[in-house]
Amino acid sequence: MTSTDQQTQDGEWPEEPATHRRVGVDEATRRGEADSGSEADWREQHADWRGVAAEQTDEIPAKASLFLRRRSRRLLGELVRPFRRTIALLVLIVLAENAARLSIPYLVKVGIDNGIPPIVAGESAAYLFTVVGLVMVAALTQAATRWTFLLLAGRIGQSILLTLRRRVFNHFQRLSTQFHDRYTSGRTISRLTSDVDAIDELLESGFDGLVTAVLTLLGTGVLLLVLDVKLGLVAVGAFPFLWLITRWFRRGSAKAYRRTRETVAAVIVHFVESMNGMRAVQAFRREPRNQQIFERLDDDYRLANLRAFRLVGMFTPGVKLVGNITIAVVLVYGSYLAIEGEVTVGVLAAFLLYLRQFFEPMQEISQFYNTFQSAGAALEKLSGVLEEEPSVPEPASPTPLPVARGEVRLEGVAFGYVDGPPVLPGLELAVPAGQTVALVGATGAGKTTIAKLMSRFYDPTGGRVLLDGIDLRDLDEDTLRRAVVMVTQENYVFSGTIADNIRFGRPAASREEIAAAARAIGAHDFIAQLPDGYETEVSNTGGRLSAGQRQLVAFARAFLADPAVLILDEATSSLDVPSERLVQRALRTILADRTALIIAHRLSTVEIADRVLVLEHGRVLEDGPPQVLIARGDGRFADLHRAWLDSLA
Amino acid sequence: MSLTTEREHPARRSGIHSLWRFRAYLRPHRGVMVLMLVTALAGVGISLSIPLVTAALIDGPIADGEAWAIVPLGLLALALGVLEAGLIFLRRWFQANAVLGIETALRDDLYARLQELTMEFHTRWPSGQLLSRATVDLSAIRRFFGFGLLFLVINTVQLAVTIGLMIHLHLPLGILVAGFALPIIVLTRRFQREYSLISRRVQEEQGDLATAIEEGAVGIRVIKAFGRRRHVYDSFDDKARKLYGSSVDKVRLSARFWTFLEVIPNLGLVLVLLFGALAVGRGELTAGALVAFITLLLQLIWPVAALGFILAMAQEAMTAGDRLGEIFDSVPDIVGGDVELERPRGRLRFEGVGFRFPDSAEEVLHDVHLDVVPGETVAVVGATGSGKTALTALVPRLYDVTSGRVTIDGVDVRELTLANLRAIVATAFEEPTLFSMSARENLTLGSPDATDEEIRSAVEIAQAAFVYDLPWGLDTRIGEQGLSLSGGQRQRLALARAVLARPKILVLDDTLSALDVHTEALVEEALRRVLRDATGIVVAHRASTVLLADKVALLQDGTISHVGTHHELLRDVPVYRELLGQDAEDLDVEEVLQ
Repeated sequence: MTSTDQQTQDGEWPEEPATHRRVGVDEATRRGEADSGSEADWREQHADWRGVAAEQTDEIPAKASLFLRRRSRRLLGELVRPFRRTIALLVLIVLAENAARLSIPYLVKVGIDNGIPPIVAGESAAYLFTVVGLVMVAALTQAATRWTFLLLAGRIGQSILLTLRRRVFNHFQRLSTQFHDRYTSGRTISRLTSDVDAIDELLESGFDGLVTAVLTLLGTGVLLLVLDVKLGLVAVGAFPFLWLITRWFRRGSAKAYRRTRETVAAVIVHFVESMNGMRAVQAFRREPRNQQIFERLDDDYRLANLRAFRLVGMFTPGVKLVGNITIAVVLVYGSYLAIEGEVTVGVLAAFLLYLRQFFEPMQEISQFYNTFQSAGAALEKLSGVLEEEPSVPEPASPTPLPVARGEVRLEGVAFGYVDGPPVLPGLELAVPAGQTVALVGATGAGKTTIAKLMSRFYDPTGGRVLLDGIDLRDLDEDTLRRAVVMVTQENYVFSGTIADNIRFGRPAASREEIAAAARAIGAHDFIAQLPDGYETEVSNTGGRLSAGQRQLVAFARAFLADPAVLILDEATSSLDVPSERLVQRALRTILADRTALIIAHRLSTVEIADRVLVLEHGRVLEDGPPQVLIARGDGRFADLHRAWLDSLA
Repeated sequence: MSLTTEREHPARRSGIHSLWRFRAYLRPHRGVMVLMLVTALAGVGISLSIPLVTAALIDGPIADGEAWAIVPLGLLALALGVLEAGLIFLRRWFQANAVLGIETALRDDLYARLQELTMEFHTRWPSGQLLSRATVDLSAIRRFFGFGLLFLVINTVQLAVTIGLMIHLHLPLGILVAGFALPIIVLTRRFQREYSLISRRVQEEQGDLATAIEEGAVGIRVIKAFGRRRHVYDSFDDKARKLYGSSVDKVRLSARFWTFLEVIPNLGLVLVLLFGALAVGRGELTAGALVAFITLLLQLIWPVAALGFILAMAQEAMTAGDRLGEIFDSVPDIVGGDVELERPRGRLRFEGVGFRFPDSAEEVLHDVHLDVVPGETVAVVGATGSGKTALTALVPRLYDVTSGRVTIDGVDVRELTLANLRAIVATAFEEPTLFSMSARENLTLGSPDATDEEIRSAVEIAQAAFVYDLPWGLDTRIGEQGLSLSGGQRQRLALARAVLARPKILVLDDTLSALDVHTEALVEEALRRVLRDATGIVVAHRASTVLLADKVALLQDGTISHVGTHHELLRDVPVYRELLGQDAEDLDVEEVLQ
């Protein structure tokens, strides 16, 4: 909509700081982190501003800030580029629209000045009719261009959002788990929801408002000067005052705006936390203290808002004041000039009409400023995410592996985190196809690291991991994941039905195959007891699907995927003893013809392996079939086994 | 937690009644509301009178060529202009205070109500849904009370007055302009209907998309493990494209409507110019009056266009009012009684207790009888999903029994005040909840006055001395937004918290599950001392934990089937043997090697 129809005489809408409408749950995640010790350390280690490094902090040095702004602009440029033709067209449309809009008061002036006298003189009204016709044409042109503009701009905006959403989502999915471990899901969600929304808001209302405001300001200014230089100069004389007020507002609001964001985030953090922890809150009678804290935070937020509201509350009447004084001056001076015969009544009327249009868009600038700021912040974060490179990249020219046999070899594999001692100093390991290997060792021995390297969640810092003789880094994602599947303690259940969740292991699987997989690992019984069996919506189980049941679903999923290599990292930890027994029995059959790597707490699970590796500090201490290791009698595994037998007695 | 779960929609449509219930919040600000209305109306009056001054200038001094007469009228215009700005300032200044006051009061009350509501409510409502009510919906209501309501009144007044003025200036032209109101009203209503449909659709699709985003983020490791990036992307893309389609529909609808609202006054202008100029020509109207007429007409553009806006805002506020109403209308179904036990001894009895979740027909527990004398500890053992946690939640009344009763020292827990009951009972949960605050505050949740010695001794019992080694010791911020702790560490803190509360009845809901065998043994050793002075309920998976208890209750098919000592049950009950028997007592490989 144009400047004229969007606000009252005093520009009512701008006063809403755009913040609170869009801050999501995850803003919570973002804040608070900044003041914990570990995050501060983390920040120190990443003094570089590339990627998502700048997200944690409010104070950014000038140079870095310039870098971030350039990066955001680059992203914006990339997003806009495909539409540059349409945008050029849009510019023309906007120009035409504004020309049409601005011409109306001028035509009114011409009509009054030149159309009326002939009629008064009793002559023909043809001139008036012509002018009225022109006003009609202008009005229709304005409507048509406006309509086209809104449609085109809206469609472009939505297309940009779609592209951005797709790009960021896909990028997040490509980034390695290492990144996600650090970044947390809350922030990921926040990027894709509240940040995209911020840009949405800018595209939806901000740009339109700004473009119209700027064009109206410039166009009207020029027109006023053309209409009458003297009066025009009086009107343009208001410019410096407007500029000063706007500058004052921009500075003040940047601060006030940031403060509202901070305070609302604090409210949200407290709110979400106490809601999620309501059981503990009520069990420990924490309610009064919570209420106290909440009311204090809420009041901080109120005060921050109050400050922002009052800034707008001064800005708006300020602009109004300048406008009204200018109108009064133009009125007096114009009347004087009219008496002197230097301007006509029509010019004066047109002037007053234009002046209204002249000051109104100023109000819109305060609105635009808020949207622009939050969109800018969002763009900065999104461009940071897109700049992150997956630490586990896809190969440029992948080696094909149509059917994996499942032979896994680790050659001199080393791994360590950036700032720590090496987890694996250099491991040699060959697992022939079909063998089941159990990893045994104390916490920190490197068991999970081996699992993650074999499933390429991480890449080794030295050496190679080979599947059927091919470096994992040379396999494309689809081939690799078809061949190697890992099940961990983490049993995420997606929305949808139980069947959907199992089908996740192999999207093409039939209902029978799904049921067969569930039966094989002993999940069928509990699923059959659910209200709609396999078609029960997970959300309708009301979170009452226990950890053990989720784990069984995860097992069925992995079984259905039917990989050549199956990696189980503490995958049975949430099961109660009888269920675990069931799974162990099932595993014996399932693992018979595939390569498997098992990490487990309990010795009974280890027992089903063909081969046991005892690890310490990333080195293999013992290696052999469990019976052989036990029979040897002097090793760690033998000790372990003896202790177990003792406990059974 | 899904942010998007759609609540069941109330049968009746949201209307003005949805907001009327909140009128009490306006009451403290009555004075300001009146002031706002008065200043706003005065502002409208002034902005209407400035064109009249112009008319007077054109028809008076200019027509008569009397330069001296310009000054007083000019000064009048100036004074009016300054006054208008002053009134706007005044209104906004007070309005900010009132409107934010209303919002803050509503939010505080909402929070208080949410704290009163029971676990039954909180498990049903994802916190994202509650949050969106506390933020998005509240600002919708604030916007309406602050601006929408005011301008609904003012714009209507302004429209009426302006049209009245026009009719006064020139009857036929005035009526002509008034005639344009008809198509506007009709089309606005139609737009309103269509718009509310489409924006609800957009909202729902945004919710679906948010779910896809959430799953993509939270389930990233599973997605990677199965290489299902494309599968997940497709489902995301499907939703994103749906949203795109609806958003474009929305754009199309509003483009049409906004253009329409704009073109109508312009068409009015065309007619006014035509007939006005003719009227001036015939001498029925002065040139000044025509200018004033046109200025007034242009001033109508905003109020007309804004009506659509304001009505949409009102609709939004009413929906928000309904959404808030859903919470304010939820009555806490667990309220305290008025009995206080001065010196509780801690005798706990379950008398024929039955329990089912409110929205399910199936009983989780039935006919549960259990008597625990002061100082005695009972272990509750059962398979996954057998209702152990539900049983323990009945004691501090996180849930209420659906039949039978739970008594403490012979008094039904429902007769005790909640404060008293929850001081007597402390629970350490399996999934420990830590808040983003200092370790100290987390520990003293149930006992704000605990001394440093008391804290130390509780921390030692729970083997949680690691808190003293945190960067800032007890003052280190931990919890969800703070320093991350391992599952075992969190459990130990939660245990220390429960111990620190010095309850007469201590409930341990599988509190030790994430501890390694070694630490577990140490904790159990220390716990024995605490449990000597308290009545204990211990939910257990491992035999070692069961040994903390004096007797064991076996929960089977929703009821306690056997009570006895660990050895008795091992000997006599095959099911128990299967659950906790020696052959199940597996060795923890990791621990032995550590």
